[in-house]
Amino acid sequence: MARLSSLYQDMILDHNRSPQNYGHLENANRRVEGSNPLCGDQLTLWLRMDGERIQDVAFEGSGCAISRASASLMTSAVKGKNRDEAEMLFERFRKLVTGTLEQSESETMGKLAVFSGVSEYPVRVKCASLSWHALKAALDGPDTVVSTE
Amino acid sequence: MLRQTVRGKRLVYLDNAATSQKPGVVIDAVTRFYTSENANIHRGVHYLSERATVAYDQARGTVARFINARSAHEVIFTKGTTEGINLVAQSYGRTFLKPGEEILITEMEHHSNIVPWQLVCEQTGAVLRAARINDAGELDTESFAELLNERTRLVALVHVSNALGTINPVKHLIGLAHARGIPVLLDAAQSAPHLPLDVQDLDCDFLAFSGHKVLGPTGVGVLYGREALLERMPPYQGGGDMIAAVTLEHSTWAPLPAKFEAGTPMIAQVIGLGVALDYVGQVGLQAITAWEHQLLTYATERLAGIEGVRFIGTAKDKASVLGFTLEGVHPHDIGTWLDDSGVAIRAGHHCAQPVMRHFGVPATARASFAFYNTREEADILADSLIQVKRAFR
Repeated sequence: MARLSSLYQDMILDHNRSPQNYGHLENANRRVEGSNPLCGDQLTLWLRMDGERIQDVAFEGSGCAISRASASLMTSAVKGKNRDEAEMLFERFRKLVTGTLEQSESETMGKLAVFSGVSEYPVRVKCASLSWHALKAALDGPDTVVSTE
Repeated sequence: MLRQTVRGKRLVYLDNAATSQKPGVVIDAVTRFYTSENANIHRGVHYLSERATVAYDQARGTVARFINARSAHEVIFTKGTTEGINLVAQSYGRTFLKPGEEILITEMEHHSNIVPWQLVCEQTGAVLRAARINDAGELDTESFAELLNERTRLVALVHVSNALGTINPVKHLIGLAHARGIPVLLDAAQSAPHLPLDVQDLDCDFLAFSGHKVLGPTGVGVLYGREALLERMPPYQGGGDMIAAVTLEHSTWAPLPAKFEAGTPMIAQVIGLGVALDYVGQVGLQAITAWEHQLLTYATERLAGIEGVRFIGTAKDKASVLGFTLEGVHPHDIGTWLDDSGVAIRAGHHCAQPVMRHFGVPATARASFAFYNTREEADILADSLIQVKRAFR
């Protein structure tokens, strides 16, 4: 149960129930479809970029609690950040969920640290990473389809 | 295997539709083969090769009895249901289908009974049609009958749906197809472990199933084919063991079943499968069907008592597959939570995305029972599900 409750922390359950930045984003200039074909999770991510800065971001889609909460917390974390900062955060997040993040770095993760329990569940890493892959694709180009496969 | 604990809890294995557990006699047979009988078949003149050849051929006889084939050479060993269907698609379909001719499947097929036909349609210009299902997950037999026409050349039909549990009235459907002279392939991957199979009574033309779902090893399956059809079909793969004579210009084919078994086959697995089917025969498929039906009825009642549970697949005639969703909780989260209670179920689209689309869900949770499961295990499933519901409230 300890292992399970470290995966499904209350914050994750809360964000699953009522995700932030959920819904269609008006005036978006980037839109990406992401999917995890093995489990059927899918998500649409909208970005409004102001030059290199992520002015606004929103998502919609269906998926498990981990993927919904991750998208919710990802959008909150990158809103207002510039491209380089967001990509650096993704790199640290990737390390966090695969259990390779240094202790010193983990202190810089803020709320995203609730996903540390994912590293105990290798098959759920894709769930936690889907929205981040979509973000990376959106930063790289205007309209793309990405998949975790 | 079934006595072990996982995550500190007793294992409750309810993922039998994915693969069954194996009885000790099957594991022993495979081990014995590798420890004291291993040799290649149909080649050596030495003692071990002769023994391995006899054991391999005996297993074919066991399979033939299991499905009541007229002859053992109507039994082709494959690596599984998927390969059996691909064999028919490529050898029969690709040879005989012409542009505009039709293959009829249903909306409830596993991807392995959809994609091989899509491939052969691309290769031949044939067209794939699919009969609809209703909201109980039953085949709409009127839609099926309407889609049978003068262009239909083959019907490929699932016997028991892996996602819904529906048992199709295949004997009736085969009769409808045969009335128009159309051959029928049955995907028996999910029926072989649960229902008595009799290819002469069903009157199917092809039947494919996997060994690992019916207590056998992985990597071995069976394709039954009516002799007259198999005789007309060209080989699926070329290689050793499937030839009569080879020159550098031309080869002639071995008689059935060797024509369809190129290369060294999965000898140990075939021998293990023979033992598994004998074991199933001893337990008795009538008894298995009856006990699994009781388990299904009991588990359905228990889950129906949990608010928010929606069953996906409520056919009148069902095998022991229980597909469901729980309001507000994604099936993958259900799967992970149940796993923490030692309960192994499947969560996902079950390689049946058209079924998921029909019901408007991205995925379902699926508990599938075997004859070695108990009512107590159904209780653990239901009680654990109640905990999941509480956690996500």
